[in-house]
Amino acid sequence: MIAQSLKMALKSILSNKLRSFLTMLGIIIGVVSLVVLVSLVNGATGSITDSINALGNDMLNATISDDHNHPVKLSELSEFTEDDMFEYIAPSTASNVAASSTYAEETVQITGTTAAYMDIHGLKLQQGRFLMKPDLDNHSNVAVINADLATDVMGRNDVVGESIKLDGKKFLIVGVLEEDDSSSGAMTGNTYTALIPYTSLIRLSENVNLNVTSFCISVNGNDMDAAEDRLETMLLERFEQDEDAFSIFNQSAIAEAMDSVTGTLALLLGGIAGISLLVGGIGIMNIMLVSVTERTREIGIRKAVGAGRGTIMMQFLIEALVISMLGCLIGITVSWITIERINIVGDVNYSLSSKVVLLSITFSVGIGVLFGIYPANKAAKKNPIEALRYN
Amino acid sequence: MIIFQNISKTYQIGGEEVHALSHANIHIRPEEFVSIIGPSGSGKSTMMTIMGCLDTPDEGQYILDGQPIEHYTESDLARIRNRKIGFIFQSFHLIGNMSAEENVELPLIYQKLSARERKERVKESLNKVGLYKRRSHKPSQLSGGQQQRVAIARAMASEPSLYLADEPTGNLDSNTGYQIMSLFHELHEQGNTIVLITHDESVASQAERSIRMKDGYAKEVAV
Repeated sequence: MIAQSLKMALKSILSNKLRSFLTMLGIIIGVVSLVVLVSLVNGATGSITDSINALGNDMLNATISDDHNHPVKLSELSEFTEDDMFEYIAPSTASNVAASSTYAEETVQITGTTAAYMDIHGLKLQQGRFLMKPDLDNHSNVAVINADLATDVMGRNDVVGESIKLDGKKFLIVGVLEEDDSSSGAMTGNTYTALIPYTSLIRLSENVNLNVTSFCISVNGNDMDAAEDRLETMLLERFEQDEDAFSIFNQSAIAEAMDSVTGTLALLLGGIAGISLLVGGIGIMNIMLVSVTERTREIGIRKAVGAGRGTIMMQFLIEALVISMLGCLIGITVSWITIERINIVGDVNYSLSSKVVLLSITFSVGIGVLFGIYPANKAAKKNPIEALRYN
Repeated sequence: MIIFQNISKTYQIGGEEVHALSHANIHIRPEEFVSIIGPSGSGKSTMMTIMGCLDTPDEGQYILDGQPIEHYTESDLARIRNRKIGFIFQSFHLIGNMSAEENVELPLIYQKLSARERKERVKESLNKVGLYKRRSHKPSQLSGGQQQRVAIARAMASEPSLYLADEPTGNLDSNTGYQIMSLFHELHEQGNTIVLITHDESVASQAERSIRMKDGYAKEVAV
């Protein structure tokens, strides 16, 4: 019976192609906007989350503004990692200076740190080595630079063994970092970075001394919030319970905030798309009502030869469902093509999320039923005698 | 077997009560060919709608095939129409966007017959009315007489216990009307019960027996 109804529905849809297509268009536009918008937001969220994770999401940054005469000395940093919750710790005092070679000159962010910095930030070397303990002990003028700095200031990538001038002082380049394809550099607003021994930075900058005012610490395990609390307790103890003496910066907190922002955005855009789907549904209802009136005589004939209420109802309901489902399928196909096109143009990789596809199918079925049931019921309730007389 | 016992039907038209049928008593035996004749407004059409289970009487009892038709829901009535009644209408009432074949098949779909059985029955009944060759034509591509023959084939396909024809020749010229009437005679000879409603004396007189209607009363006349 359902197969028969399906056949009849297809027949009646095909017998009025333009009208059926225009009716479907409402659903198509609704589905396309739903699927494309939500997929784009999801893709953007994914890429932002990746960038945040690339900054290191198992890491806490702390800045000390008032040491209450209990400064954290460079040699004391290891005290923090005696706690099981933390793994590595490294100072991360940064300063902006001019970097130059015979080739070019740029402003770079130099960070004075120790060997542990590499593990905390999960950095990878393209060539050479990272900073090592002897470099710190000897206050050596050595630097590890990032790939952008190498190409833009030194002119090429394989520059290990050459020297670069940082704030006028010669530094030996001992390593070059791998190119960072995430947009973390762009997010922090500085694409040129150089890492030098903390002790060398003391010499370079008047404001920096053996009292560490800024450090990063990596966390064992996943519980960032617990780690943040632990670090806070340790620092509060040290700084006479003064909450304003320091600040702790938790990367995962940004990720969470970002997630909630993009989640809201997806919901908002999805809601707008949902409204256009609803409008499409009203279009279906409108055209089904017209169709029921036009086919009054047909309904009368069907009833005369033995179609019951349920059969007529089923026929028209299936017709409405077929229109909405066909619209949905076309919409999903169009969305897929659109997203593939966007992927060719842009550099963020968007994908059709199966969740949204499923959601739009569910929505379309719901709309087909919701807006098909009234016209179908109207058709089913027609009095056969009057329907047969209708012209 | 059709029995009308004291059947009354009243319509409300514009706030006015119209007694379309009042205490009608009719008895039609199986395999009989009966005509119901009367001027317009005499209650013929109401008689047909009740006989065809398109409507139920206000009063009285209608017995079709030994089965009293009362307290039936709409879907019960639809099932009875589907299996026991073969309608033939004045204006043919074929579905316009369906071919002759599909029109004949329609009641069989509602009888939930298998595709193979449907195909066989459609072929058989279209052959009987001589239109199997034109099975894929739409009603608009057929003449009036041919359309009525398709409608008769549709009635035949469902193998009803009663053929109910409402002015079957009303929209046809006399020659084609004659052809249609001969089909009815054939059906009658094969042992079918036929009730033919008309206002045309010459058509009515071709039946074995005529029932004359006037102002909602039925009166039997021997021919």
